[in-house]
Amino acid sequence: MENTVIIFLFGKKYEVPENLTIMTAMEYAGYQLVRGCGCRNGFCGACATVYRIKGERELHAALACQTKVEDGMYIATLPFFPLVKQVYDIEKIPVNEQVMMQLYPEIYACVGCSACTKACTQGLNVMQYIAYAQRGDFEACANESFDCVMCGVCSSRCPAGISHPQVAMLARRINGKYIAPGCGHLNDRVNEIKDGAFDGLLADLMQKPVSELKELYNSRVIEK
Amino acid sequence: MYSDKFKASLQLITNNREQNAAYEPQRMSAEQKEEILNKYHPDHREDKFATLKVGKNKGDKVPAELCGMLCAHSRIKDIKIDLQNPDYDVDVLIIGSGGAGASAAIEADNAGASVLVVTKLRMGDANTMMAEGGIQAADKPDDSPAIHFIDAYGGGHFAAKRELLSKLVLQAPEAIKWLSDLGVEFDKAPDGTMITTHGGGTSRKRMHACKDYSGAEIMRTLRDEVLNRGITVVDFTAAIELILDENGAAAGAVLLNMETKELLVARAKTVILATGGAGRMHYQGFPTSNHYGATADGLVLGYRAGAKLLYADTLQYHPTGAAYPEQIYGALVTEKVRSLGAKLVNAKGEVFVHPLETRDVCAAAIIRECGERANGVDTGNGYGVWLDTPMIEKINGAGTIERRIPAMMRMFDKYGIDIRVDPILVYPTLHYQNGGLDITADGMTAVENLYAAGEVVGGIHGRNRLMGNSLLDIIVFGRSAGKNAAEKSKTVKPGRLTLDHVSAYEKELEGAGIETELVSPKLLPDYTRKVRSL
Ligand SMILES: Cc1cc2nc3c(=O)[nH]c(=O)nc-3n(C[C@H](O)[C@H](O)[C@H](O)COP(=O)(O)OP(=O)(O)OC[C@H]3O[C@@H](n4cnc5c(N)ncnc54)[C@H](O)[C@@H]3O)c2cc1C
Ligand code: FES
Repeated sequence: MENTVIIFLFGKKYEVPENLTIMTAMEYAGYQLVRGCGCRNGFCGACATVYRIKGERELHAALACQTKVEDGMYIATLPFFPLVKQVYDIEKIPVNEQVMMQLYPEIYACVGCSACTKACTQGLNVMQYIAYAQRGDFEACANESFDCVMCGVCSSRCPAGISHPQVAMLARRINGKYIAPGCGHLNDRVNEIKDGAFDGLLADLMQKPVSELKELYNSRVIEK
Repeated sequence: MYSDKFKASLQLITNNREQNAAYEPQRMSAEQKEEILNKYHPDHREDKFATLKVGKNKGDKVPAELCGMLCAHSRIKDIKIDLQNPDYDVDVLIIGSGGAGASAAIEADNAGASVLVVTKLRMGDANTMMAEGGIQAADKPDDSPAIHFIDAYGGGHFAAKRELLSKLVLQAPEAIKWLSDLGVEFDKAPDGTMITTHGGGTSRKRMHACKDYSGAEIMRTLRDEVLNRGITVVDFTAAIELILDENGAAAGAVLLNMETKELLVARAKTVILATGGAGRMHYQGFPTSNHYGATADGLVLGYRAGAKLLYADTLQYHPTGAAYPEQIYGALVTEKVRSLGAKLVNAKGEVFVHPLETRDVCAAAIIRECGERANGVDTGNGYGVWLDTPMIEKINGAGTIERRIPAMMRMFDKYGIDIRVDPILVYPTLHYQNGGLDITADGMTAVENLYAAGEVVGGIHGRNRLMGNSLLDIIVFGRSAGKNAAEKSKTVKPGRLTLDHVSAYEKELEGAGIETELVSPKLLPDYTRKVRSL
């Protein structure tokens, strides 16, 4: 018999093999998941979960699909959290700190408690990226928040009611569109294609016999 | 942490690292590739396929599990549904909201259509969110769409529909520009030059990435844009059957609220299927890298309504799924790990294949190594081979792993494996549906007014897809389907809604003597442990 641990799903006790994740332990216990399960691999943030180990004070947050069960875990999933997402027109948005002031003024009410950072399931310095956003340093905010999966656990712990993932999302889009350097070779190629520079080449490939295309493929020069 | 049983093999890998890093393994000849594929690739295991006895592709072989779904009963077989008072009435109905669905939604909205997006889980709970490696586009001076075409056409075993592939490569740079203008943060040098790498089977470095969160960065940006536009998105709502009009044109769908099980009806002038792939069908028992909802629903919906499939017998088994630890069995180890220089090494410390052969060839080589050649490493849960990640920093310098593949580092770090120091164990995982619904260059299936885009489509890539061409196809064909479906909707006169095709299909099943308990589409896999449950 494999080694087992005792866990508590929403307070109810189950004995499950110790090598399971919280997500697979729920399935082992008999839950057919609908909510709270998306990519099953740490990318989508659907499976935010909070837990406390019996006898300990600290409340942990984790992605259920990425976290092994432990003995004495009291588990509650957080499959939805009401984040506030403001709508805006990316084409018309002003690129200065005013925009944060307009859309997410609550970030200026941050009390610096660091609960968001402590709760982050991705180990990000959430409070720091909010500080960058306050200053209108979108690039720093974008970089610091890049690995965010928008699970919302940070916001669930925030006394100031900040929707951190949405703030970061806005900063990343502004950074990607307006602050990151433009790309000359990309623009050139798009224009060449618009001017039909490759139409002839492609038309030629379209009607070549397969044998000739095989020849071309097998004699490709591969860039080092 | 690796337990002691791995120590001996690990030592060999470490000892040989210097030498293996410098060694450039021979690439296989065309004949060698063909031979290894025929002998070892799962697509060639005849006994795992079944022949369709009904529908447009009668007589074709498809994976046995898919055949089961295509020949299963409708979920609404015995239910009477009032189609005359639809719950939603729109110009364009989009089913699925990964990258293809979201791109289509944005463009259909741009074109002035009223749009409804329904999706089985949440918007973005999709394979798109998981793509790590990157997206191809021939936008560098030494590259061209024509070279991109040759790479993809050869990589797909000369089977792609050329008009689709041509569209893919020609519109690739524009797709990157579109994403970039929406705010997607591509990896760039300080002067704005895109940082691009090779992928398996490319002859130019044209893989654009957003660290190793390429798909996530694209998906969350598209999602944000869909929300900014106020497009209606109904989540946890699956399409379970298409609705046609009296002329056989697509005109809506029957929807199922995944939580309450309520049935709803959506009427639309045009419909776009963007339901993605099929990894959760676990063909041949393989683990998968796919999201929870990848259950080939779109193939079932489309097929029952009269759409044709193309190359539904070819799947992509990604050579490097995680083989250890068990908690992440099947999870993807991005190809970028190999692009950056990590080689595949067997239990004896030998490099046995060029790491950048196409995926099917690499997968077949690993299966051969672990099977017939008995050079695999016993993981306790099957076999695997080493992917020597520490080589990356030997070649590219310290800090490369954290900078370029942070998601990979995090994934293994959770289980005490530092991929900068120790190699990882891999085995092929079910990754991508190469085949799917057959479409024309404007994105329409054989059913009038039914469009398809994304992984649900077959034919763009032929019988194998190169890394980075799928993220590309969902943008190029997603956008185009959105535009075309919106345009077409302007000319569609709403007809009488019917589900007659569903009962006709049931008759066809009966006529073919098919008896089955199965219902489809599958919607979600069932991983619950069954003990005396009701
Ligand atoms: C781990 C991983 C890594 C990858 N890496 C790369 C890469 O580096 N480069 C690359 O080019 N490609 C990569 N791919 C492939 C690529 O990501 C996918 O093929 C592509 O994103 C598919 O997009 P899609 O929009 O067609 O489908 P998806 O993104 O899967 O979206 C499908 C959507 O439809 C919904 N849906 C399904 N059925 C129904 C239904 N019945 N009713 C309503 N909604 C439904 C799903 O829930 C989902 O929201 C990767 C794939 C995976 C899994
Ligand atoms: S299910 Fe996507 S992060 Fe866990």
